[in-house]
Amino acid sequence: MKPVLLWGGGLAVLILLACAPFYVGPYWLGLLIGLAGYVTLASAWALFSGRTGYVSLATVAFFGIGAYTVAVLSEKLPYALVLLIAAGIGLLVALLVGLATLRLAGVYFVIFSFGLAELVRQLVTWFETTINATLGRYIFLPLGPEHIYWQLLALAVVTIGLTAWIGRSRLGLALKVIADDETVAAHIGISISWTKIALFAVSATIITLVGAIQAPRWTYIEPNIVFNPTVSFMTLIMALFGGAGRLWGPALGAIPLFLLFEWLSANFPDHYSILLGILFILIVFLLPRGVVGLFEDLLQSNPKPSAPKEQLE
Amino acid sequence: MLMSTLVAGLVLGGTYALVAMGLTIQYGIARTMNLAYGEVTIAGAFAAYLIYNVLGVSPILGLTIIAPIGFAFGWIVYGLLLRPLVARSKNTAALEINSILATFGLLFVVQGVMLVIFGGNYTSYNFMNYGVDVLGTRVAANRLLALFLAVTVGGGLYLVLTRTRWGTALRAVAVNPAAAPLVGIDANRAARFAFALGGGLAASGGVAISMYQTFTASSGVEFTMKALIVVIMGGVGNLAGAILAGLLLGLAETFVATYISPGLTIASVYLIFLAVLLWRPQGLFGKVSR
Repeated sequence: MKPVLLWGGGLAVLILLACAPFYVGPYWLGLLIGLAGYVTLASAWALFSGRTGYVSLATVAFFGIGAYTVAVLSEKLPYALVLLIAAGIGLLVALLVGLATLRLAGVYFVIFSFGLAELVRQLVTWFETTINATLGRYIFLPLGPEHIYWQLLALAVVTIGLTAWIGRSRLGLALKVIADDETVAAHIGISISWTKIALFAVSATIITLVGAIQAPRWTYIEPNIVFNPTVSFMTLIMALFGGAGRLWGPALGAIPLFLLFEWLSANFPDHYSILLGILFILIVFLLPRGVVGLFEDLLQSNPKPSAPKEQLE
Repeated sequence: MLMSTLVAGLVLGGTYALVAMGLTIQYGIARTMNLAYGEVTIAGAFAAYLIYNVLGVSPILGLTIIAPIGFAFGWIVYGLLLRPLVARSKNTAALEINSILATFGLLFVVQGVMLVIFGGNYTSYNFMNYGVDVLGTRVAANRLLALFLAVTVGGGLYLVLTRTRWGTALRAVAVNPAAAPLVGIDANRAARFAFALGGGLAASGGVAISMYQTFTASSGVEFTMKALIVVIMGGVGNLAGAILAGLLLGLAETFVATYISPGLTIASVYLIFLAVLLWRPQGLFGKVSR
């Protein structure tokens, strides 16, 4: 009975969300697009980083690759093919980066991923200015905001569904063993590197697609816009806030924080990054396990004292 | 052409070495990875700019104020922000991740403050901007002064850390933080001092950079990245390694800019970095099994 209710409720919410373009105004639709984008980004980030402990600051590298692929190819090829190519490029870059860096100790990976976005941005800027002699590009696609919204919503559903499925699959079980003890995992025949690389590639491909789908929203793009490090920063903070190791954590973290960021940037445009930084420090300090973890602690603190009593009786 | 590139590369490399020494001390001894490091460097550059343009005081004299302020800033940041994380973290890996996250937030705070005060434009000032003949090529005097500064501060610090009892105690904490208290070293105090020392060096590096380069409130990330690359290339906590790797990086960058394309300098830096990570993760001059 209960799972049926849960599925029914989830489906109802999803239908309600999918029909949103028919009953909300353009401002709210814009907000929903941003929300769907960050829910997907944070969930995809947590799919890899929340389960392996490798903190990736390279989100915007893949996001920007997706956006740039659309900008370069949108007038030459059909849209669906462009998305496929963008995903393919993201996957390829992720495999190369994964092969090269995932064997390294955690902190080296953080540093390299921190620099990867900068490296990709520099290479794209150099290529555009030196070889193509232009910097920005225009994207003219016959896509309304509602089309972008539906694509992002679908991608969000796929991402969260994939996270749930991976949690129960062989890959997810392998990850649990790795998280418990890497030596044991290696001894029972789990390929640690390949498990991590596979997960990194899936996560990076989704992030690339988010960038590709959102690209037509800008109309004009240049490297400084689509490779803006704030994207990596916000994704990370949202996933951590909601709890990166849980299925719904990143989504639950993304919703309040995205609305807060929107409000902050509208009301305090000059002091935005200061407030963002302070908020981030507070989250790291006060909520090391995220908001979902906090709720679990609160829920557990009630039944716990009664448990020993039952045993006594 | 070759000679002038070589001299320019050495000057740039000297500054990188100076900046990276502070980070290698912070990371090697205090065991905290400080992503806001470059923001302190840029803050030092802005301070030198203000002191020279508003008060008309030479940046060299300004250094005697700016370096202690950088030291004090590091001291306060460690006490308020990082000490609680050190107490909370169970092992060094957890501390590294926690410090990265906390200083990532600090990066945005410091950068935001500088953006509010100075705006986002490129800043520079004219100080000792005349040519001097060195080894048959003309070099701007301010670049030579920056190199001299890097050599004196960096060299002095190297001597203090390797030749004095107090420096040996600091290095002992870097080698084994758990065993240092057994021989009567207060590891917490050493870590805080090392972090503050790194802050002073970051600010001094900023003064040196401001004398011959333009900078903006948002270019701190670039210096953090370069300092990190130098630190890892040189081996974490290895001062001599940081100096050599810094010079190497400066030379590589200048040669790529001169002979290949100025737009590819950062890309070449990352390629060198990746190659070093894959070939010798412990650093070019680091010891094995770190």
